[in-house]
Amino acid sequence: MPADRLLPTTEAEDLLALTRELAREELAPLAAEYEEAERFPREQFRLLGKSGLLGLPYPERWGGGDVPYEVYLQVLEEIASAWMSVGVGLSVHTMSCFALAHHGTEAQRERWLPAMLGGDLLGAYALSESHAGSDAAALSTRARREGDAYLVTGAKAWITHGGQADFYTTMVRTSDDGGTGISCLLVDRDTPGLSAAPPERKMGLTASTTTQLLFDNARVDADRLLGEEGAGLRIALESLNSGRLGIAACSVGLAQAALDEAVAYAKQRTQFGSPIIEFQGVEFLLADMAAAVESARATYLEAARRRDRGLPFQRQASIAKLVATDAAMKVTTDAVQVLGGAGYTRDFPVERYMREAKVPQIFEGTNQIQRLVIARALRTA
Amino acid sequence: MTNIVVLVKQVPDTYSERKLSESDHTLDRESADAVIDEINERSVEEALKIKEAGEGEVTVLCVGPDRATDAIRKALSMGADKAIHVSDESLHGSDMLATAKVLAAAIGKVEGVDLVIAGNEASDGRGGAVPAMLAELLGLPQLTHVRQLTVEGGSVKADRETEEGITHLEANLPAIVSVTEKINEPRYPSFKGIMAAKKKPVETLTVADLGVDSGEVGLGNAWSTVLEASPKPPRTAGERVEDDGDGGTKVAEYLVAQKLI
Ligand SMILES: Cc1cc2nc3c(=O)[nH]c(=O)nc-3n(C[C@H](O)[C@H](O)[C@H](O)COP(=O)(O)OP(=O)(O)OC[C@H]3O[C@@H](n4cnc5c(N)ncnc54)[C@H](O)[C@@H]3O)c2cc1C
Ligand SMILES: Cc1cc2nc3c(=O)[nH]c(=O)nc-3n(C[C@H](O)[C@H](O)[C@H](O)COP(=O)(O)OP(=O)(O)OC[C@H]3O[C@@H](n4cnc5c(N)ncnc54)[C@H](O)[C@@H]3O)c2cc1C
Repeated sequence: MPADRLLPTTEAEDLLALTRELAREELAPLAAEYEEAERFPREQFRLLGKSGLLGLPYPERWGGGDVPYEVYLQVLEEIASAWMSVGVGLSVHTMSCFALAHHGTEAQRERWLPAMLGGDLLGAYALSESHAGSDAAALSTRARREGDAYLVTGAKAWITHGGQADFYTTMVRTSDDGGTGISCLLVDRDTPGLSAAPPERKMGLTASTTTQLLFDNARVDADRLLGEEGAGLRIALESLNSGRLGIAACSVGLAQAALDEAVAYAKQRTQFGSPIIEFQGVEFLLADMAAAVESARATYLEAARRRDRGLPFQRQASIAKLVATDAAMKVTTDAVQVLGGAGYTRDFPVERYMREAKVPQIFEGTNQIQRLVIARALRTA
Repeated sequence: MTNIVVLVKQVPDTYSERKLSESDHTLDRESADAVIDEINERSVEEALKIKEAGEGEVTVLCVGPDRATDAIRKALSMGADKAIHVSDESLHGSDMLATAKVLAAAIGKVEGVDLVIAGNEASDGRGGAVPAMLAELLGLPQLTHVRQLTVEGGSVKADRETEEGITHLEANLPAIVSVTEKINEPRYPSFKGIMAAKKKPVETLTVADLGVDSGEVGLGNAWSTVLEASPKPPRTAGERVEDDGDGGTKVAEYLVAQKLI
């Protein structure tokens, strides 16, 4: 059953209809095969780009769609529902444009943003390092200023779209002042000295390439510095506030897909002479799954509406990320239960959904870190 | 400049369950999601290709209830320039003749039409006769079952494909063309197209605006009546043949038993 949405305008309804059509015709049929082959769906991102979906929440004057987060996130949810790796990729791409759109100078935006939002290019966001995950302020990739360029040396870890992306919004260390010694560079894929390590061998999201990003005296023009020197961590965390809403929406989409699969199966599978959906033990499980999906959706939409109105939304975004990703983990696990032995095989998608649901609890701030953010807001209120 | 009218019908989504209403055996349009018929997305695509190859204007024409505006917007967001929507309570239950009369009158409202593009057959009514009726009513040449189309100067060339083979046709403009699903792959709209569609003109007309007599349309004036309707019986499970090296023989034996070979 497709999600029943309240959308603010007819254009938003048409946009969601287009998204569902693309998801149904162009994404869903390929997902299982590409995930199995660990094949990155570059062409599918291009198609989304051509349809105008790679710049939705950014201003029209730079080629964006000027769409509120309330609508953009529901687009993301529909895409993730058909194919989680593509949903996550779209969310990461959108987040990778944040620093330039919100902290670039007028000249920088005019120069790079239209191409980044235009649909042909794909972005990545490089903050984590192997020793600096939750403690991002400990990052040590060095950028040394030399004339009108930075020479960057170090290794970024866990980079979604590593080696696939056209640009990398990268946090680097420009001084030893801890969290205030970090700066943000917009790094082009063709930068000499930049390379990607072989992809990580992951439990899920196998069609989404995750690699280390290696900088060996990579020369980045100084005019690619976004914001002030030293503002990098602040920009990175601000990007993550919005990015987390994207991950929440993707998780709801994934959970919805698992719920739909479980309901369809429970209607047609009979045991003891009746469809298993007629056993209260099964139907209550499905009811709880539906409640988890819909309450998680309501939670991210509430945060999105605050963002759209220019209200603070950091606590709500962390709550949405925590609630939605935990819901997805539970719902996908229960979907495997509803399908019984079939659910445990690769002939049905729910075991993959369950593997895919694990990582949203980890990236863009682990759920422990979300609790830290929420608790800090409670303490200082 | 080619002035093209595309006939677009809104139909129940073939992905959802379709049924007839219990009371009058007309299509229950509320029970299923309504979408632009896929064959008409192809009709729109063909019109846009002709327009983009030279110059032209594409007008979408739809006869259907209020919510057919969704189908019209989809055609506009693909790139059509404007639309005419004939919407009138009295049209409910109209047969093909009445539909064709209304369409003919509406086409008459567009000045200097060169080409009318329709689908070969709608996926719900499946009459496959509306384009022919229109050709008769408007006195225009008709090219049916078209899988390839070119407009050159004052004429149109088409490849017509049926089970008998392919025929190459040519007609003077203005003409009516009906296309098959082989004609093209329709484009997706883009979000820009969706935003642009919002500003494109849609003229909404009633039967009276078209000068059509309301005594000629609607269920009460249909030339035939649906007396009874029942769903097709569900397909039975069929027989499964396991291939242990003798699969071919088993299939042949089955076909012989069914007197099929
Ligand atoms: C598939 C995938 C894609 C990713 N994509 C990107 C990307 O595109 N860009 C990017 O920059 N990063 C990316 N990451 C990195 C991701 O954001 C980090 O993995 C995450 O922030 C956690 O860091 P860590 O793995 O070093 O874990 P650690 O920080 O080492 O955490 C280990 C455990 O300790 C807990 N923990 C740590 N500190 C605390 C604390 N103070 N209180 C309580 N518990 C704590 C954590 O919650 C976790 O359970 C990706 C990761 C994965 C797996
Ligand atoms: C007694 C009776 C009652 C009926 N009641 C109903 C009813 O209540 N509701 C209902 O939907 N149908 C009803 N029908 C069917 C109705 O007559 C046809 O759906 C309609 O006239 C078009 O026929 P078709 O779809 O078979 O067209 P086809 O000839 O198969 O269509 C070919 C092409 O013609 C064009 N075209 C057809 N119809 C339209 C349209 N409305 N607007 C724009 N272009 C169009 C399209 O390009 C289409 O691809 C009834 C039929 C009868 C006989």
